[in-house]
Amino acid sequence: MTDFVLLVVTGVGLGALYFLAASGLSLIYGLMGVLNFAHGAFMVAGAYAGWVVVSHLTGLAGGLALAVGVVAALAVGALIGLVVELVLIRPLYERHIQQVLVTVGLSLAAVAAVQGIWGPDARQLPKGEWLSSTTSVAGAHVPNDRFLFIAAALLLFVGLKALLQFTRLGLVIRAGVENRRMVAALGIDVQRTFTVVFVLGSAAAGLAGILGGVYASSVTPGQGGSMLIYAFIVVVIGGMGSLNGTAVAALAVGLVQQLTNFYAASGVGDLSVVLLLALVLLLRPRSMEGAR
Amino acid sequence: MTDVRTPPVLRVQDLHVRYGRLHVLQGVSFDVPATGVTALLGRNGVGKSTTLKAVLGLAPRTGTVELAGRDVSSWSVMRTVRDGVGYVPEDREVFGDLTVDENLRLVGKDVGVEAPVVRELFGDLLARRTQRARTLSGGQQQMVALARVLLRENRLLLVDEPTKGLAPRLVTEVADVLARVATTTPILLVEQNLPLVRRIADTVVVLDAGQVVHRGSAAELVGDPELTTRLLGVSMKQGAAGD
Repeated sequence: MTDFVLLVVTGVGLGALYFLAASGLSLIYGLMGVLNFAHGAFMVAGAYAGWVVVSHLTGLAGGLALAVGVVAALAVGALIGLVVELVLIRPLYERHIQQVLVTVGLSLAAVAAVQGIWGPDARQLPKGEWLSSTTSVAGAHVPNDRFLFIAAALLLFVGLKALLQFTRLGLVIRAGVENRRMVAALGIDVQRTFTVVFVLGSAAAGLAGILGGVYASSVTPGQGGSMLIYAFIVVVIGGMGSLNGTAVAALAVGLVQQLTNFYAASGVGDLSVVLLLALVLLLRPRSMEGAR
Repeated sequence: MTDVRTPPVLRVQDLHVRYGRLHVLQGVSFDVPATGVTALLGRNGVGKSTTLKAVLGLAPRTGTVELAGRDVSSWSVMRTVRDGVGYVPEDREVFGDLTVDENLRLVGKDVGVEAPVVRELFGDLLARRTQRARTLSGGQQQMVALARVLLRENRLLLVDEPTKGLAPRLVTEVADVLARVATTTPILLVEQNLPLVRRIADTVVVLDAGQVVHRGSAAELVGDPELTTRLLGVSMKQGAAGD
């Protein structure tokens, strides 16, 4: 029973991390039709921005330094997203192959740039005493960082839901996900909405990057690539553009991965996630189209 | 009747639209008077809906589009709409996941189902304000699509087959609304329903194979069975009931 509780809580924590990585990707595709392969690069940027800040704040308590690092990761993710949207994505709307080429190229270039500056090796991310210890839940010793991931994902989910449901920007986003041509035909500045959504999604990627670093206790140039794979699996299972679907799919992927890794064999978790994806695509082949 | 001395609200000159190798509009030119309803007629697939989209900028166009004397050919869709061109697309294109009120509030933060124009022309929508648009009937969706554009100040309305697929009673309701709107705002109307055209349109422009083949008064065209058969392939007897 203790094992099961531990697996479920850590599985939910892992799912929360996947949600952080996937929510921006899903929104960006849902509204803009941009399949952003550079999303992983934004995670790496956020991770390294956070790591640089935390490394320089040695005088602060670990938790506080990490909090500042998270703010830096959000800011850097948002800033890079803004520049990329304005310079690279905006001229390529509706040109999907070029978008894929540009965003794949950007992700490769970003990894190379990070390797060039900080080297290919993992850099340890100090995360403070509390995040390095555990809390007992029904007898299971759950790593505290999982609670951080769950809290961050909940905050992001509730914040995005509130944005979508209660603000004019959210109304335009929901309409745009459904029919962006008609939104423009109503005289609404869809372009500005695209930019805001891209920046929001990129900031979420930055957050996922630094928290991915917390999960692994280190940051690496390749961490964005592996997180991006799971993020894509989550958005395809959840339905591109659907925030609720992304949340449910992220939880399902985290739990399936964690439970099968333990009850089947180590490594089976990744395989089971791919099988889950295949199953969803077989039963719901239009999942790739999502809300659009 | 149209005052011929008033400059047209819309002037289209040598308008071309190409989709790849398909040359849909081939030098279309016509004026829309500053008052009343101008019906854009023609057989299926001759380019009527494409003409409306090209005027708005939703279709890739070359040629000149002048709105109230200003060349707007290079304007974005958003700028054209904000300058007072309202567009009601074929098949309504309401946002099905949004409520009726949300569909209307998209147009502006201070408008919605409580707006006077909605209360006056589309009172039924008040009771359906929280209903998702996809659950509305075709007629109700058409009311939302019309209300949505009437919430703005328009200098011209582009309305694409507003009675398509509607029951006769709803056709009459839509015709009534368009007739009332046309007393203050000129309308360029794509419509297949000849009785409705006869009832509310003042002038007609007939397209065939991407070109204008006839311009004139609606009464003359609809009153001439030989002409309607030759230009449109239908006669009044074959047209759907609209009045």
